Amino acid sequence: MSQSVVGAIPPSEPAQGGAAPLEVARKIEGRSPWRLGAQRLAHDRAAMVSLAVIMIVVLMAIFAPVIASVTGHGPYQQFTTIGLSPSGQPVGPNSTFLLGTDDLGRDILVRIAYGARISLLVGVVATALTVVVGATVGITAGYFGKFTDTVLARFMDWLLAIPFLLFAISLVTVIGAGLAVVIIVIGLFGWASVGRVVRGQVLSIKEKEYVEAARSLGASPWRIMFIDILPNVIAPIIVYTTLLIPLTIVTEASLSFLGVGIPPPTADWGQMISESQSVYQYGAWWFLVFPSLALLITTLAFNIFGDGVRDAFDPRGDQLFV
Amino acid sequence: MSTPVTQARPARVASRETLLSVTGLTKHFPVTRGVVFRHRVGLVRSVEDVTFSVAAGQTLGVVGESGCGKTTTARMIARLVEPTAGQIIFDGTDITHLRPGAMRPLRREIQMIFQDPYSSLNPRHTVGAIVGAPFRLQKVKTERGIKATVQELLEMVGLNPEHYNRYPHEFSGGQRQRIGIARTLALRPRLIVADEPVSALDVSIQAQVVNLLGDLQDELGLTYVIIAHDLSVIRHVCDRVAVMYLGNLVELAERDSLYARPRHPYTVALLSAVPVPKPVKRDPAGRRDRRDRIRLVGDVPSPLNPPPACRFHTRCWKAQEVCKTVMPPLVEISAGHQVACHFPENTPAA
Repeated sequence: MSQSVVGAIPPSEPAQGGAAPLEVARKIEGRSPWRLGAQRLAHDRAAMVSLAVIMIVVLMAIFAPVIASVTGHGPYQQFTTIGLSPSGQPVGPNSTFLLGTDDLGRDILVRIAYGARISLLVGVVATALTVVVGATVGITAGYFGKFTDTVLARFMDWLLAIPFLLFAISLVTVIGAGLAVVIIVIGLFGWASVGRVVRGQVLSIKEKEYVEAARSLGASPWRIMFIDILPNVIAPIIVYTTLLIPLTIVTEASLSFLGVGIPPPTADWGQMISESQSVYQYGAWWFLVFPSLALLITTLAFNIFGDGVRDAFDPRGDQLFV
Repeated sequence: MSTPVTQARPARVASRETLLSVTGLTKHFPVTRGVVFRHRVGLVRSVEDVTFSVAAGQTLGVVGESGCGKTTTARMIARLVEPTAGQIIFDGTDITHLRPGAMRPLRREIQMIFQDPYSSLNPRHTVGAIVGAPFRLQKVKTERGIKATVQELLEMVGLNPEHYNRYPHEFSGGQRQRIGIARTLALRPRLIVADEPVSALDVSIQAQVVNLLGDLQDELGLTYVIIAHDLSVIRHVCDRVAVMYLGNLVELAERDSLYARPRHPYTVALLSAVPVPKPVKRDPAGRRDRRDRIRLVGDVPSPLNPPPACRFHTRCWKAQEVCKTVMPPLVEISAGHQVACHFPENTPAA
């Protein structure tokens, strides 16, 4: 820190060293740790490129109906004459179907755009559910400690010990597949890992003297948890969130690939990859490659962006929590 | 002993009105093992039967080496740690086991200054929010609004009131400690418990903060309990000094009496460890007055398993059989000078 040592009793001079003495009247404004992190993030080129890619995927999802109307192909429309070869096989990329068609003669480009809606929806909603539940439980366990902590922490351990995929498959077999079920299953199993991370952070933060200071002023546990502690764990939470979104998207695609995710005919990337297996051996590479690329690019972009966020809002706290 | 060169302020005349009195204060921390089947494997005897009182407007210094229980004592007085036994009486009210709701209004009267200015300010809150928090938490109305009052407080501790919107990471250690002091002063407490208020600061900044504490005391009539491990800091600000060793109070005396004639061997050893500005020829008469440094042998015993009777006997050069079997009580050996030792030092030859 480039500030000079402050004088004794007379008020210290405005502590920003480099400024010309003439512009003393300049308004003093604090730079919050948030702004510092955002500035660091804005200088991370890889993160910014990934962000742009994410924006493109988001726009594609939002404007999926526009893509459908421009091409003239609906997401469920089967073009049995022009979309399938005389032998009933999918047709490759051409001027009508830019990315080719699937085994039922549907436009892959349009279905990828609609599939982005499902991926992003599940990615964001299931992650949000995971993070809100996990953070709340984690803060409660970490702050109250003792018996509360023992019960909650053991419950989280128990939850993490359940084989996720087997459980998800059985659950879907019992109650049936659907968007809401996928989101709930992912949320149910995901929050425990967030809870653990947050609990660990809270355990160290609650020993900080500023928490003591709040207690010595008579602050209630709720105020300490949500006004004093939460802002200090939010950076790791955000970092975890950005890294959790791609994981959730892949999980959803995996469930759909296994036939226990989003039921057809809804367009979904995992489902498309699964269906492509039946025709891949006849040379329909585009049916496998383009949905896979969409999935790859999206998750990669989120992952790189998440790394950038982690570097910018370093949860280890070297720069941020000084 | 020759007069010290430090510009120690004259000891304040005690108003004789006791503001805080602590009797038999004890804190044991259980050491537990096991996650599901939690069981106690030991007991850290952090503070054992500590008794003292502080008069209004006075400063009591508490010294001792790390782990002697001085911080725990401070935290018990501020009711951040629940005492195992004993009694804390603040201004006639027994606050030892007050419930949080009943303690809340009293928290205005007793405030704490924390040791580490890097940990005591929430990095996510602005200075304005930090110093203004006491008003919001205690729902205290201020005459000219919280912001103006906070700015006044910042000015009082020597900070630029324009820094209201800044974040703690934008300040130096000394400035941060001033922010912490401003927060402590916000509700105009009567008793301030300062836990090593300067030990985390550079020496040059230490003096500033110590002077600030002194000026604030004169201005606002504060009563301090200052915890420190640095005897020279204590000497500068305190009226009375309590010396702790391994959870026990071993000596309690007026400052001048303690520094001039320490009675407990541990205090003597502590004082001999204080660096002297001019080690040689500090006596104006020209006599060589090199103080003999007393080097204590061994480590402080573990508070998990403290030695029986006088806890200092394992390291004391005067220890005899009685020290291992009979706990010396804290007795007034001369006016205002209490010591817990069977064989006190500096006893005039009778």
